Parts: sequence; structure tokens; C-alpha cells
Amino acid sequence: MHKSDFQWEIEPANSLLDLKLKDTWEYRDLLMLLVRRDFVSFYKQTILGPLWFFIQPLLTTIMFTFVFGRLAGISTDGLPQPLFYMAGITAWNYFAECLTKTSTVFKDNANIFGKVYFPRLIMPLSIVVSNLVRFAVQLVLFLAVMVFYYVKDASFQPTFALALFPLIVLLMAAQGLGLGMIISAMTTKYRDLAFLVTFGVQLLMYATTVIYPLSAAPQNLKWVLEINPMTAIIETFRYGFLGAGTFSWVSLGYTTLVTGGVLIFGIVIFNKVEKNFVDTV
Amino acid sequence: MNNIAIKVENLSKAYQLGEIGTGTISRDLERWFAKVRGKEDPFLRIGETNDRNSKGNSDVVWSLKDINFEIEQGDAVGIIGRNGAGKSTLLKILSRVTSPTTGKISGRGRIASLLEVGTGFHPELTGRENIYLNGAILGMRKKEIARKFDEIVDFAGVERYVDTPVKRYSSGMYVRLAFAVAAHLESEILIVDEVLAVGDAEFQKKCLGKMGEVSKGEGRTVLFVSHNMGAVKTLCNKGILLTQGNVSFYGAVADTINCYSQNFINNKAEFKSIKGNRGLEIIDIVINGSNDPSINIFETIKIEIKYKIHNYEYSNFETFIIIHDENDTEIISFFQKDAGKLALIDEKNKNVIASFENILRPGNYKVSAGFFDPYRNFVDWVAPASLFIVEENFHEGGRYDYRLGKVFSKAIWS
Repeated sequence: MHKSDFQWEIEPANSLLDLKLKDTWEYRDLLMLLVRRDFVSFYKQTILGPLWFFIQPLLTTIMFTFVFGRLAGISTDGLPQPLFYMAGITAWNYFAECLTKTSTVFKDNANIFGKVYFPRLIMPLSIVVSNLVRFAVQLVLFLAVMVFYYVKDASFQPTFALALFPLIVLLMAAQGLGLGMIISAMTTKYRDLAFLVTFGVQLLMYATTVIYPLSAAPQNLKWVLEINPMTAIIETFRYGFLGAGTFSWVSLGYTTLVTGGVLIFGIVIFNKVEKNFVDTV
Repeated sequence: MNNIAIKVENLSKAYQLGEIGTGTISRDLERWFAKVRGKEDPFLRIGETNDRNSKGNSDVVWSLKDINFEIEQGDAVGIIGRNGAGKSTLLKILSRVTSPTTGKISGRGRIASLLEVGTGFHPELTGRENIYLNGAILGMRKKEIARKFDEIVDFAGVERYVDTPVKRYSSGMYVRLAFAVAAHLESEILIVDEVLAVGDAEFQKKCLGKMGEVSKGEGRTVLFVSHNMGAVKTLCNKGILLTQGNVSFYGAVADTINCYSQNFINNKAEFKSIKGNRGLEIIDIVINGSNDPSINIFETIKIEIKYKIHNYEYSNFETFIIIHDENDTEIISFFQKDAGKLALIDEKNKNVIASFENILRPGNYKVSAGFFDPYRNFVDWVAPASLFIVEENFHEGGRYDYRLGKVFSKAIWS
């Protein structure tokens, strides 16, 4: 019998570079249905429904304005404090949500994964897309606040970097996804990492320029912030919308490279673990 | 032209016993180091059988070992074997839920696997939304689902509730809907685990009918794992018997089931007399009139005792039956006098039949039986010999829920 007679084969291990992207594409309908499920199940049986998407960034902004703006008096690059924080929070939230949700993808879906085969990559991808919906809603809120301050006193101007917005979103998604998948792959065996993620993300926020601008960082510590690939993303985001912040092609290029690396590594390790995770989880 | 749908070659699957997690870093390093030096994985020693009663000397157990078989297109193959024989592992590998340790499976055609019904159902979503979601999880395209939507709803009989969240469904409706989605999957190969052990009897019949239709009518290949020999017999034309991770028989379904029963009842031929002068001699104890030793909880068991007449002076006698568990502990006994009458010598049939509801918990049981004369003197009493297995299902279709107790009974509640 010729090998070519068969349409599929099940073997112990695939090559590391087989990313199964074609297989994943075949299941694109599932991706959209999962996104829909996440969205619908989020607001079913709630009174405020999708309004809940607004409440979290709004309250956090008020809190940050009070603690870091009023009490600590940290610089905001000359921007109105609420606007500055809300820009940071909106962008950061998207990244953080992608990361934390993706990092528990095996544990959360152990039941489904144990019973049915579909390209596992669909699950983390659906998380990223679901959060995109949420991000879009929060962005509307941010734009509303922006317009409000713009009308009140136009002390800021959007810049050309606004055109980079799609790239910024892509980078945030890819980074959250990549890191999340690496962590998720490791947590199937070592649960310890799962504990680290929740507060690790919080710590990472302080190492990123969410509540302070890069320009306010002390010279001798600036390199730490510049290594962090999220910094360039948040700074570019702010620079694009509000015209304040540090923008450089070099750091954006660096971030893109790192993100690409993280994403590819994430997919590879995710695919490797996915094959046998049912036996260990 | 050959028409092999699935070809399994040297398939093995190892599982690690004990704790996973603690000490795995050091173990991973050790494993990696062995690999670097080109040595065999120190934790995967081939050669141990999957026998859970004997303790092996490594932490790895081979759930499947060097399995080879081919399945032809259009065949309906029943996979049977005792618990732990590797049936589920085989299905999991075929469904690509987990991957084999060694070996290869190749095949032709799209596989639909039903290890569970309703995978991915979300309680908050409506029936309609869940049909789409579940269908997509099972590998259907949206268009395909839309085309079959009415048929699915019709099969499940939930027209009125299709826009109600499934958390408000009765469990029966839920299962019917879930099965309906899976049953309408277009695939060349269908893999079914014991999902039919759900729903009421009527729906089970409908599912079996649908599956039969699938394998016979549409030329699909079906792999069916079940403890329910009756269902296997009606649905399948071939059978694979797994014993401790090996294929011990592969052939026509009736032969496979026979082989399974023979395997199980290996010492049936001997009926050793413990007591009595054997004026009447017990020669056989037949359970449910066949070689199929499996019974569900609350199903009726029919035990037939066949005897020979040597020299017996009375016209009647009393029969008793004792059921023992695997360790020969007596669990329950039945005495004919409790039912109010004795047996008459039946020159023609030379048998006594006792029927009762099976109240035993899942497990393996042996039967011993004996005769008294009308004055309660032993005529014959044979040592426990015939065996039967109580399956992990209730007769009504529910799964055994690991409740406590050796026997279950139905009370009158008020």
C-alpha cells in the first residue's frame, strides 16, 4: 500500500515547525462562534449588560487619578490626569486580559479538550478576539472622554502615530497571546506558574508606563522600561491619540521583533504541549 | 483497489502512574539527559503489561501495547473488553484527543468522534446558539449546520424550546439535543463511546437506530465502544476484543463476544460439589440464557439451573442461589421456600429458573447454587462457578454514580 492512499496520519510527535495554521483556518467558524459565546454569556442575566465593560476602566481611572495623580502627584506629560490614565488602562487592560485568559486556557478547557479534537490554537485566538470586542467598547469610552477634554480645553493634538494604531493593537494581541501560550503550556505540568501570573501581570504594569510617562522615569532606570516591550506600545498609543509621550521608531521596531519572537515561540511550545496535555492535566 | 478506512500499526500508549508535578523537573532533566546521550528514556520501559492487580516495578503503565489492526470501509466495529483494557485510550488516540507514545494510525475520511455528547454546550446560550457552537466544535462549518438545522431540531424534538437557554432544559432534552447535533455530522468515520448510556429507553432506541442507519445505509465506518453487548451485537458486524492493552481477538461480532465471555468464564465447565449425595446433579448454571455475562443495575437477571436426575425419591425439591463477589464473600442469597413453593421435578426440561432484579453494585460476581430435599437435607451444592459482570450503568440508562453500598434497592417513598 502506498502511503499517499491515506488522507491523514496520527503519529506520536509532529515536527516542531508544523504550526497547523491551515488546520486552524479550517475551523474559523468555530472561532467566531466562540467569540459570540463569550460575548453573549458575559452579559446574559445582567441588568447593565455590556455597560459592565465601561465600569471597570472608569473606576480604575478615578482611583488612579486620586492615588497617583492627586496624592502622589506623578507627572502625566502635561495631559489631563484622567485622560492620561485612561489611555494607559485601556491599552494595558487589553494586553493583560489576553495574557491572563490565555495562560489558563488548558486548565479552563480541560473538559472540552479531553473529549473533542479541534486545532487547540482556536481557543487562545478566540480569547484574543473576544477581548478585542471588549477593547473596542472601552476604546469608545476613551474616545468619548477624549472628546470631552478636547472640547473643554484643547491642550493636546492627535499625531501621525495614530496611523500606527492597528499595528499597536496587533502587537498587544500578539504579545499577550504569545506570553499567555508559553505560560499555559508550562502550567499544564507546573501549576506554580498559574499563581505567578495574576500578580505578575500587576507587577508588570508598574514596570510599564501605565501610571507614569517614560519621560518621568529616572535616567539610571530607564533602560529597564525600554527593555520591556510593552512600554513602546503604551507610549506609542498615547503619543498617537494624545500627542504626548515618547515615540521612537527604534523602540517600536525592537518591540515588533520581540513580539514576533514571543508569538512564534508561544505557538510552537503550545502545539507541542497540546498533543499530550490531556494525560497530565 | 483496497478500501481500508483505518490502519493501526504498532500503536502503544504509556501513562505515567503516581503524582505528576512533584519531582517532574528533575525527571524531565534526567529524561532530557538520556536523550542527549542517545539512550532510551529511563522512565519508559517496554515490556510491562497493563495489569492493575499486580504492582509493576516502574511508574509507567502501558495502556495499549503494540496494537495492529485494519478496519475496512463500511464496517461497524465494536470494541469490547473489561474495564482498563485500553478501549477508551484507543478511542482517545483515534479522536486525536491525545497522541500515541509509539506507532501510527493512518486513514481515510473525516472522523467524527463522540466521546461525550454536548461537549462545549454553554448553559446560558439558547438551543439554537448551542447547536451552532457544538456543531462547530465537532468540526462542522456554519453553512453545513444551517443546512441541517431543522433536521437536528426535529430529531431532538425541541422545536418549542429552541430559543430558550439550555440551562432551562430538562436533562433529557439536553441530551437529545446534544446527540442530535452529533448524529447529523457528515463524516466517513464515526467513533462512539458509551454515550448512549444516557436518555430514556425510547431515545436510546432512536439513537441506536440512527447509528445503525449510519453504518449500514450510508456506508460509513463506525467504531463503537460499549459494555452493552446487546447494543454491540445489533450495531456492529465486527468486533475487537482488547485484553490488557492487546488485541486478543478480531473477527465477526458474535465470535468476539463469545471469546470475551469464554475469557471471562474460563472455569465454567467445572461444577464442584461441596455437599449432598447428588441424587440430583447440577450440571450448568446459565445467566440470562446466553454467554453474555454483562448486566446493568436494576435489570432483571435470569439464572437457569440445569440438572440431571440420578436417584431422587421425592417429587419436589427446594433450590437456593448464592451470589458471591470476586473475593468469594457471600453478598446475597435466594431460597425458593421464601417465595412460598418448592420446585417440581421436571423430567422434560430438567431446569429451574430464578428471576430477580439486579440490585448489585458494579463488579464481577460468581454464582453458586444448590438443592434441598423437602426436609432441607442437601441434595447437591456446587461451589461458585458461573460468573457475571454488573456494568456501570443503570437499567434505565443512567450512569452508575459511585454511590455507597454493595447493593441498591428501591424503597417506597412517601
